[in-house]
Amino acid sequence: MAALTPISRKPLSFVAPVMAAAGAFFGIFVGTANGSTLLGFLIGGVLLAAIAVVIMKMDLPEKPVRWALIVVFAVLGFFLAGIPSAVLGGLFGWFTGWFAYWLYEGRYRAKIAPYLTPGQVLWHFAFRVICGAIFFFLITPIVVVMPLSFNAESFFTFTPEMLRFDPEGYSLRHYRDFFTSDAWQQALWNSVTIAPMATILSVGFGTLAAIGLSQPHVPFRRAIMAILISPMIVPLIISAAGMYFFYSRIGLQGTYLGVVLAHAALGIPFVIITVTATLVGFDNSLTRAAANMGADPVTTFFRVQMPLILPGVISGGLFAFITSFDEVVVVLFVGSASQKTLPWQMFIGLREQISPTILAVATILVAISICLLTVVELLRRRSERLRGMSPG
Amino acid sequence: MSNASEAPTPDDGLKLTDSENTGPVLAADGTPLKRSLGRALRRQKLRALMLIAPLLIFVLLTFIAPIADMLFRSVENQIVSETLPRTVVALDDWDSTTGDLPSEAVYEAAYYDIFIAAERKLHTRLGSRLNYELTGASSLFRKSGRGLDDLGEVYQDQFEDLNEAWEDGETWALLMGSGDWQDKAYAWEKSSGDLAPKLELREGIEELLPKTAAAYSSFANFVRVDDGDNPATEDPWSLVYTAFWQDLTGGANVASYSGPEAELLMEAANAASGFESTTFAEGFADIDKDWASTPIWQTIKTYSPKYTSGYFLNSVDMQKTPDGPELRDANERIYGILFKRTMFMSMVITISCIMLGYPVAWILANLPARTANLLMILVLLPFWTSLLVRTSAWKVMLQQQGVINDVLVWLGLVGDGDRLVMINNQFGTIVAMTHILLPFMILPLYSVMQTIPPSYLRAAKSLGATNWTAFWRVYFPQSVPGIGAGSILVFILSIGYYITPEIVGGTTGTFISNRIAYHISSSLNWGLAAALGTILLAVVMILYWAYDKIVGIDNVKLG
Repeated sequence: MAALTPISRKPLSFVAPVMAAAGAFFGIFVGTANGSTLLGFLIGGVLLAAIAVVIMKMDLPEKPVRWALIVVFAVLGFFLAGIPSAVLGGLFGWFTGWFAYWLYEGRYRAKIAPYLTPGQVLWHFAFRVICGAIFFFLITPIVVVMPLSFNAESFFTFTPEMLRFDPEGYSLRHYRDFFTSDAWQQALWNSVTIAPMATILSVGFGTLAAIGLSQPHVPFRRAIMAILISPMIVPLIISAAGMYFFYSRIGLQGTYLGVVLAHAALGIPFVIITVTATLVGFDNSLTRAAANMGADPVTTFFRVQMPLILPGVISGGLFAFITSFDEVVVVLFVGSASQKTLPWQMFIGLREQISPTILAVATILVAISICLLTVVELLRRRSERLRGMSPG
Repeated sequence: MSNASEAPTPDDGLKLTDSENTGPVLAADGTPLKRSLGRALRRQKLRALMLIAPLLIFVLLTFIAPIADMLFRSVENQIVSETLPRTVVALDDWDSTTGDLPSEAVYEAAYYDIFIAAERKLHTRLGSRLNYELTGASSLFRKSGRGLDDLGEVYQDQFEDLNEAWEDGETWALLMGSGDWQDKAYAWEKSSGDLAPKLELREGIEELLPKTAAAYSSFANFVRVDDGDNPATEDPWSLVYTAFWQDLTGGANVASYSGPEAELLMEAANAASGFESTTFAEGFADIDKDWASTPIWQTIKTYSPKYTSGYFLNSVDMQKTPDGPELRDANERIYGILFKRTMFMSMVITISCIMLGYPVAWILANLPARTANLLMILVLLPFWTSLLVRTSAWKVMLQQQGVINDVLVWLGLVGDGDRLVMINNQFGTIVAMTHILLPFMILPLYSVMQTIPPSYLRAAKSLGATNWTAFWRVYFPQSVPGIGAGSILVFILSIGYYITPEIVGGTTGTFISNRIAYHISSSLNWGLAAALGTILLAVVMILYWAYDKIVGIDNVKLG
């Protein structure tokens, strides 16, 4: 849907009431915070309507007005409640300026179909606001953790110092805790030794099996697939319980090997799913051509098939890695104190001694997951390009 | 095909068929084409299976076997019949519904069983097993383990008063063991590292003193295997004296005995009938009056089979009674509530995920690819972020001193005094789990919606449909597979969640999985944990099967 709709300036009778409504809405919050909801509601409405009137009647140039609004509201905010509200005021000023010209110039219609009725236009934007709120819901918890991890105090919330952007309010002490505490370092080390071993096991077995499953004639394919995928479907607590019972029977409970085997089993479905998905587009005439030219099956596998399915294998491996790296329920039962992994330590930290070091660890883990996400995304694109599935 | 000139070519088959002009179609090497193709197909299947086999075996061993073990544990009940073998047999004849106490024979069997179990320190385990079914059984067994010793010592003291020779293990070895065995036993040295020689009973002693022989054998075996000592030199348990007394007063033909210590035996036989004695039933009643009432015997009888449905009945708030399974009292029913709560909350979470996921998936599928990819990151980042990170984030957000409450207080929407309680209850669990599982709803929905051409909606509108009609009659039906896939996935995942409810659920927001974990690690009632797990697994398997039917396991996509 390209911008085909011609846009034109809108009349004051439309802009001013909408602005007033927006102002009234924000006014409620400012008003409540300062003691009088009704007053805030009224002042907000009148203020924004007045701004609309001034802009439109005097036909002010856009850029200076928007800057001026940012500054004015920031200053206003500062006098109301100091630095935190100055920032909010600035944001509000930016929004007011953008919103006023967005309405006034009719830009809001630029990107939507010209035949929509006003009601449909309103719904279009309301829908976007709803989606925005959901995205906000999705991302906020993760974002909130990051600044909190730099908290100078041992609180789980923003201190007044932090809100004032006072350098005193921030520190790296929780990171220092993490890097100097024996318990955390041991946990990190355990995670780092368990996850790669589990990944190697699941990728090794999983890739072979995925190649087998992608052959044209596999007896009991459905049943085998169901068994291989089941570790992903069976609730973790049940896997953990079963493994705990069974591994203690055969003496694997509380050993490094036991945890690695358990995690490898949990990672296998991810490898199977990603590698079979990559193999769907694999052209089998390539292996036949290689065989035709005298390559033995092993050479064919490593020189022809492997490079082509490598992206899938790697992203399956990353899935398996992150599964093991994040896993806590199974290790809680199958492992013993000497296999305490990072998530386990976090779990203890959350349940018993609430320490903000968890937030520092969380931030580090989020950084790791961003890296992994990027790698997987790049690999997916590369794989699709290799197989000619997308032009990108 | 090393020699190219001799290798068959497709023409050969053609020539062969041509030349004969009859029979089946032949392959290049002259075999019938059908067989040749069949062989090729078989080889292909075999190769595929060979590739799959290592993983299949791996998964069967590391994953399926544990699950099978758990299923087995949910019905396994060997402990009662293994620890109390004689009692279980004796109780067969007892009718538990009449309200009468079991016969003296049962008490006698129980005396032997519990005494031996106590020596092997197994009675407390049995006690805690029966305690799951009858409160108080654990302490009853612990008490009885000590008390039964006194019961036998009455006889032991009297025999020893009669003749000091009865105090010595050697006397007993001489009387009970064969000469061969005694020689070997006295030659044995503990430092050799081997077990002491196995007891061989004296010929004829078993017919003469059957109970004593059995009791002495148990004793000898215990000393030999469990203690690693020499039974010939150890003083026997008081149990052996009790058995001895029973044999002697039970009309043993002592006069026919001609082996060593015959005089001693004769003396004991003559005196035994005059010993102070007590019945086993009285002895048990002296230890604890609970033994003189029916519930404990009923419980033992009910749980005597090797396999039991008791754990399953327990996990649906029922209990075994002599009259068959019965619902527990209303105030003791917890699992029904927990299962219902788990189901209800999973449903609420699934519905919230649909409500929140549908618009997001729609907008992702309908925005230009570049913007959609950017927004996709906002969905994938939570998906890739550690579960613990997200759970701790929600703990930070929802606490009473947490971010949301702070913001609300700062905005003046709630007073500082009455901050909202959003954590350690159902609300907290639902919010946090909806957030955690939302990507699992969005991703399948998105992949289905991508395949719905936007022109359908426009066509519907151009034919006069309103926005709502176009959506509801044209778009929505096509997106239903996505909703189905996402819902089942989210429901399956949420029904077995453990970590998040444990941390943000408090007492009202916990799931059945928290109870399972509790039984494994705290109450140690593994059978019940296994039964609860089996029920949960059955529910998940049904959903998994439905998912397979609706979506197909092969169509699961990640990222």
